[in-house]
Amino acid sequence: MTLTFLIYKAILVVVVFIITLLVAMYSTYAERKVAAFLQDRIGPNRAGPFGILQPLADGVKMFMKEELIPGTSNKALFIIGPSIAMLTACMTGAVIPWGPSLTIGGETYSLQITDINIGILYLFGVVSLGVYGIMIGGWASNNKYSLLGAIRASSQMISYEVAMGISIIALVMTTGTLSLSEIVQQQHGWHWNILVQPLGFFIFLICAFAETNRAPFDLPECETELVGGYHTEYSSMKLGFYLFAEYINMFISSAVISTFYFGGYNMPFIDRFVHDPNWLAILGVVFMFAKIAFFIFVFMWVRWTLPRFRYDQLMNLGWKILIPLSLLNLLITGVVMMRHEIMNLF
Amino acid sequence: MTLVERLYLPAIFSGMIITFKHFFRRKATIKYPEQKREFSKIYRGQHVLKRDEAGAERCTACGLCAVACPAEAITMIAAERKPGEEHLYREEKYAAKYEINMLRCIYCGDCEEACPKEAIFLTDRKVDSLYTRGELVYGKDILVEQIDKRVDVTKRETSNVAEFKTHKEFAHNKTVDKK
Repeated sequence: MTLTFLIYKAILVVVVFIITLLVAMYSTYAERKVAAFLQDRIGPNRAGPFGILQPLADGVKMFMKEELIPGTSNKALFIIGPSIAMLTACMTGAVIPWGPSLTIGGETYSLQITDINIGILYLFGVVSLGVYGIMIGGWASNNKYSLLGAIRASSQMISYEVAMGISIIALVMTTGTLSLSEIVQQQHGWHWNILVQPLGFFIFLICAFAETNRAPFDLPECETELVGGYHTEYSSMKLGFYLFAEYINMFISSAVISTFYFGGYNMPFIDRFVHDPNWLAILGVVFMFAKIAFFIFVFMWVRWTLPRFRYDQLMNLGWKILIPLSLLNLLITGVVMMRHEIMNLF
Repeated sequence: MTLVERLYLPAIFSGMIITFKHFFRRKATIKYPEQKREFSKIYRGQHVLKRDEAGAERCTACGLCAVACPAEAITMIAAERKPGEEHLYREEKYAAKYEINMLRCIYCGDCEEACPKEAIFLTDRKVDSLYTRGELVYGKDILVEQIDKRVDVTKRETSNVAEFKTHKEFAHNKTVDKK
C-alpha cells in the first residue's frame, strides 16, 4: 500500500462525500422546482439566478434556527438519532462504482472507493442500519407521534427489505457476483440487467421508494396523522440532518438502481466513437450521473403525482403482492437459468 | 374491479403522464413585485368623492348612496353652504362629514349608481391594509380628491352613461353649463 494510493483514496473519499452532499443539497432545490413545475408554478427564483442559491439559504436558515431538545427526551439518543441517519446515508457511497478506471502515468486509478466482493451485502447492511436513526430519534423524542412514526418507519422498512432482497437475489443469480464493479462490467454495451430482470427491477424500484421513505410510502412522516412523524420534536440542523439524509438516500438509491439495472457508467456504442480509455472513464462518470439525475427526477415525479398509501394498503402491497411477485421472479429466473438441466430430466 | 384496475399500474402511469404534461405548461405565476396583475377595466376599489371642473365638491349630501348601500357602510352629516363658500361646495347643501367604513363596504358599486350628482365613484386604487378598525373608517380627508391630484374615473363610465351625457337636455348639473 503505497503513499500515493493512500492519498488518492483519501481524495476520492472526500470527493465522493462532497459530491454526495452537493447532489443532496441541489436535490432539495430540484425537488422544489420539479414540484412547482408539475403544479404549473415557477418555484424558488429569488435567491440568485433561477434561485440556485436557495439550498444555501435553506441551510443557513436551518443552522440559525433555535436548537430545542425536549426536557423529557433521552438527550444522548436524541442527538445520536439524526447522526446515525446521516452517517448511514453517507456510508453507502463507498462501494458504488462511479466510473471506469482512470490510467494516469501507467497507474490505474479506480473510481470506486472500495471494490469489496460482497458489495451488495454491504449496501443492504448499511441501508438497513438507516432505520435505526429514525427509530432511535423517534423513541428518544418521548412523544407519541414520534414513536408512532418511528414504528411505522421500521415496520415499513423491514417489510420492503424482504421483497427488495429477494429481487436482488434473482439479480445475483443471473450475474453470479456480489461485487458491484463486476455487475457493472458485465453490463457493458447494451447488456443492461433491466433487459434480463424487468420484473425484478420493478419490484426493486417500488421497494426503493419505500426504503427512502418517499411518497407514496412516506407514512413515517405522514403529516395528516402524525404531526411530523419521527422528527416532530426535532428542530434546527438536527431536523435538517433527517431531511438531508432522505435526499442522500434518494441519491444513493438512484445510483444503486442505475448500477444494478441500467448499466452503471456504461452507455451503448460509446466505445465506437471514443477510444481513449481516460475519456471513456470521464464520459462514464457523466453517464452515471445522468442516469442518477434521471432516477432522482423519477423519485420526485412519483412523489408529486401519487397520493400517500393508507397503512394497511402499504402492508398489503409489501407482504401480499411484492413478496409473492419477487418469489415468482426468483422462480422464473431459476427455471430459465437451469432450463438445459430441466430439459435433460425428461 | 377488473384485473387491470386492480394492478393500479396503468392508472399510475397515466397519472404520471398527466403530471409530466403539466411540466411544460405555461406557468400561472405572476412574479409580483416586478410584474403586477392587470386589473379589470371596471375594477371596483377605493371610493373617491369627485370635485367638479372648478374644484368644488359635487356631493350634496342627499343620502341616496347611504340608502343604496347594502352593507350600510356610508354615513354622512349634511350642512348648509354659507355665503363665500361657493368655490368649495357646488350646491347649497353639502356633506360636512362623509364616512365610508371600508371594512363593511362590499365594493358593489351601488352608491356610484345611486348618486345623482356623479360625486362618488369607485376607482382602481386598492384600500390599504391597516392595523385597527378605526383607521379603516375613511373620512372626507381621504375620500375627497385633491384639486391638484385628480382621480381619473373615466374607465368607470359605461358606454350607456357616456351616451347619456351627450344629451344635454337631461343634464342635472345645469349650473355649470350656464357658466
